[in-house]
Amino acid sequence: MSHILTMIAQRLALGLVTLFVVSLIIFLGTELLPGDFAQEILGQSATPETVAALREQLGLNDPMHIRYLGWLTDIVQGDFGESLANGQSVAGLIGGRLVRTLQLASYAAAIAVPLSLVLGILAALFRNSFFDRFANASALSSISFPEFFVAYILIFLLAGANGAFPSTAINISRGDPNFTEYLHVAFLPALTLTLVVTAHMMRMTRAAIINLLSSPYIEMARLKGMSPMRIIVKHALPNALAPIINVVALNLAYLITGVVVVEVVFVYPGLGQLMVDSVAARDMPVVQGVALIFAGAYVLLNLTADVLATLSNPRLVHRR
Amino acid sequence: MGFLTGLLWLAAAIIAAMAAGWLFRTAAVAVTPRGVSKELKTAPLTASFGMLMIIIYILVAFLAPVIAPFSETEVVGPEFMFPGDDPAFVLGTDNLGRDMLSRMIYAARNTVGIAFVTTALAFIIGSVLGLLAAIVGGWLDQLLSRTVDVLMAIPALIFALLLLTIVGTSIINMILVIAVIDSTRVFRLARAVAMNIVVMDYVEAAKLRGEGLWRLITREILPNAMAPLVAEFGLRFCFVFLTISALSFLGLGIQPPTADWGAMVKDTATMITFGNVTPLLPAAAIALLTVSVNFVVDWQLHRASGLKE
Amino acid sequence: MSDKEVLLTIRDLRIEGRADEEWLEIVKGVDLTLHKGEVLGLIGESGAGKSTIGLAAMGFARDGCRISGGTIDFDGIDLRSASEAKRRGLRGKRIAYVAQSAAASFNPAHKLIDQYSEAPVQHGVMSRGEANNDAVELYGKMQLPNPDEIGFRYPHQVSGGQLQRAMTAMAMACRPDLIIFDEPTTALDVTTQIEVLSAIRDIVEQFDTAAIYITHDLAVVAQMADKIKVLLKGEEVEEADTRTMLNAPTQDYTKSLWAVRSHARPEQPPIEAGTTPVVSVKGVTAGYGTLDVLKNINFDIHARRTVAVVGESGSGKSTTARVITGLLPPREGEIQFNGQTLPADYRNRTKDQLRQAQMIYQMADTALNPKQKLRELIGRPAQMYLGLNGKALEERVRNLLDLIELEPDDYIDRLPSELSGGQKQRIGIARALAAEPQFIICDEVTSALDQLVAEGILKLLDKLQAEFDLAYMFITHDLATVKSIADEVVVMKEGVVVEQGPKSEMFQPPHDPYTELLLSSVPEMDPDWLDKLLEERAAGGAGAAVEGAGN
Repeated sequence: MSHILTMIAQRLALGLVTLFVVSLIIFLGTELLPGDFAQEILGQSATPETVAALREQLGLNDPMHIRYLGWLTDIVQGDFGESLANGQSVAGLIGGRLVRTLQLASYAAAIAVPLSLVLGILAALFRNSFFDRFANASALSSISFPEFFVAYILIFLLAGANGAFPSTAINISRGDPNFTEYLHVAFLPALTLTLVVTAHMMRMTRAAIINLLSSPYIEMARLKGMSPMRIIVKHALPNALAPIINVVALNLAYLITGVVVVEVVFVYPGLGQLMVDSVAARDMPVVQGVALIFAGAYVLLNLTADVLATLSNPRLVHRR
Repeated sequence: MGFLTGLLWLAAAIIAAMAAGWLFRTAAVAVTPRGVSKELKTAPLTASFGMLMIIIYILVAFLAPVIAPFSETEVVGPEFMFPGDDPAFVLGTDNLGRDMLSRMIYAARNTVGIAFVTTALAFIIGSVLGLLAAIVGGWLDQLLSRTVDVLMAIPALIFALLLLTIVGTSIINMILVIAVIDSTRVFRLARAVAMNIVVMDYVEAAKLRGEGLWRLITREILPNAMAPLVAEFGLRFCFVFLTISALSFLGLGIQPPTADWGAMVKDTATMITFGNVTPLLPAAAIALLTVSVNFVVDWQLHRASGLKE
Repeated sequence: MSDKEVLLTIRDLRIEGRADEEWLEIVKGVDLTLHKGEVLGLIGESGAGKSTIGLAAMGFARDGCRISGGTIDFDGIDLRSASEAKRRGLRGKRIAYVAQSAAASFNPAHKLIDQYSEAPVQHGVMSRGEANNDAVELYGKMQLPNPDEIGFRYPHQVSGGQLQRAMTAMAMACRPDLIIFDEPTTALDVTTQIEVLSAIRDIVEQFDTAAIYITHDLAVVAQMADKIKVLLKGEEVEEADTRTMLNAPTQDYTKSLWAVRSHARPEQPPIEAGTTPVVSVKGVTAGYGTLDVLKNINFDIHARRTVAVVGESGSGKSTTARVITGLLPPREGEIQFNGQTLPADYRNRTKDQLRQAQMIYQMADTALNPKQKLRELIGRPAQMYLGLNGKALEERVRNLLDLIELEPDDYIDRLPSELSGGQKQRIGIARALAAEPQFIICDEVTSALDQLVAEGILKLLDKLQAEFDLAYMFITHDLATVKSIADEVVVMKEGVVVEQGPKSEMFQPPHDPYTELLLSSVPEMDPDWLDKLLEERAAGGAGAAVEGAGN
């Protein structure tokens, strides 16, 4: 087993290096900002003296690598700086919203992952049947739809005057809803996300299985008289795990990072909404913070998928 | 009842679409030369419908000034008119009182055009670097591949937002930012495809013959890499198109008063709660094009994979 | 034989395959009768429909194929009209299948013993525990090492020859009445093949199982089958019991198949002392990473001579070719060309040095750019090295097509996909000739081809050598090919030259023990050959000294 541990350790190290480089890119991005950071904060009316004083205070006169190290140390300790727009601590702004975004992502994932795996396996089992063709065409369509289209169709059908669900999730930020209330209020955003990711995962699951069906060992299983269901589940699925795990991870990552549009449509108080507002206001510390969090989540999920996919491969787990 | 009628409408739309696809395929098979028509015959109805739609979009984009009843930006009537309220404004008017139909038509030109340019740019960058990495190998491959690994570790939309904050929102910036981000995906595919070809004996034979890099790429590798790359172009176009629409919808992409489908959805979004379908129209225009391209790409990929199940 | 009960009767079997939206008949009315405990050999070249018929005996057609006519009667059950569930009940239980590539046909995700017990447990023949015990017993009978333990390995942890035996054991799990062997030893080295053949034959005899043994190798089928059916393009040519068939075939096609290995190159006069060899491999040690694949290799190749480099997979024969062409610079040693040392890396060689040494590849499919017409494929070297253009180039291409016996007008504008396997290989030859070289490396050029086609290629190479004074290095694993074309032989094993010398010496004792093993393992067209060989080896002769090769 030791070579597996080494392999995992290597992946972890690689993930850390990636995060480090990402932080570097995010930091350097700010450095390239046209105009002066202190000027930006104080606005056009500031006197040169106050700008200079602020530069000194922010440490903007230090060399770049010193500032980068300082910035990174702060972030590792949970200090993301202060928002330019309202002076609030970025960590405080992000904290509550991150929880909301994760809630929404889990809600959608809880429906989408099992649903898409089952649909994908069924489509592979009944390939080229009417069910398969229909599922495939619908999946292809819903992948092609912009998220706001799906969202507004759902609002049009299920919300509005006599609809069963609220068309905005803004109430979440006002009160603190209990679990069932949350499920009701967040139903439409979660459903939108579910529709978008289910299609992709289902198609990839089906493709991963069907890719294997022409393998000699599948023909062997058929010639051993095994049933179609057993062939898919026992013979094809274990070998299709790696691509399936990867596509699930990709979509989970998407649920966390790709919610931006959905959050805006439903006025859902999550990270995406915060990011869009901050980009429009060019509130750099907030954008940096959110981008780092998103990138971290993304790297972490891909890393987990990588490790799981490795563990699913007997060639790597059981060496000669 | 509303749900049932909705289903009926959906069924009717699907049947109409398939019928259009069938008509188009029959017509196309009849007028094209033999080699092309033989391939067209293998197209499923979904792909035929997709091809028909793509042609219509292209025509609309080119002929926008001829077919649009009003200008792109002019305020021509009262605000928020429902479709059908006034026969002059077939699709109603938007939040400022501009004609929806005219803006929809002009947006075809703007949004599709910008998405096409962006994809082409991403493609040129990504495939040139990808092919080079695969053929030259060694440190160049390592450098490019590791860079792309890191860039791809940042989620695309977030990366786009970050870069747009840095460089500011304008059409040129947006095109460049999205093209750079998307070229990483193209790079991966182009490199993988070329890698499979580079190990072929005929490439080895050409190298041993003493062929130069240019001829290796243009005569030995590129002709064999075209099919997957063209399919990827379709997929990338959809992705870029959706990203641009999303950015415009968020107010960070194509800026007013230029007509753009994503921005038009945002402008008219409030009308949906009053039961007005206006915001769904530009959204549907986006969806229809991406669905069409995807249908065609799906057919091509299916053919290329040779899966004749 | 015929006094036994009839097990399988196939009458007027027709099978269609789909190509470009059209159904073409690939099996055209074949009859077949098999008695209990009898072994039938199905033989034919590729496209004869042997595998398709074998699978049809299980009531099975591959995707893209369909059984369109005839009857298949297995022990009173009509397999064509039986329900799919009923057919599934027979497969694996009463009719089993052994595939060509065991490495690909075992599921990589499960242990061997779990795959063994799947059929008996699912068909309700045995419990899981019984099946596991049974597996260990059969693994022992199949002469697998460590039968108690080997089943608990994954397929990738077991060698090819062992996997093939494990697969035969798996097919035996339910003690079927009939087993289909689909080229079970084609993918194996000759020395490994012997072990698998003898294990298969033993177990089939022990359980008195009927079998259909599919192969393209006559010598192999002679050892295994009671009777032989020869197929050509989906039709039966003739059928007879094995000895009759071998001694007195009645049909011309069968006679031509039998005669295939008859091509032999006339003995060449000895090389005059002091002649400079065209190519000289001097003290070459080379490898990948820190691993040495080749260790101190030395041999010469003279003009008008063919040197066959022989060895099993992993012996380093293809790596030698890579060193000579300059794709893999050696760690030590050098390659001389007409006495001049060549730069180690092909990128440092001059255009003329590159022109002088050409290569023909094993897989013509991957060696020809599928997007280029023959005009460009063959014309490019002539254009590049000899500066031919326009009319002169076209003339040269036509000339080359003539040389390889393809009609220029008909072929010059074809793509490789519009050619047969043998024709593609001929194009490979023409491309090498176009450079007007002195030396050509032929890397297993006939091993992917049917015997009759391969024969044609060998004759062509011979003719061209005489015409253009070429020196050939002929890489092969097939000793029959060596016999027919070589002047000198270099035997390699694990990166070392074991023995080398003129062909006449090589095929006469005394041999190096490995050469002896290799030579004795080549099946002969004598039905008693395997028995005799096994007896000899048991007595300590015929390569018995080299133990466990290929395991």
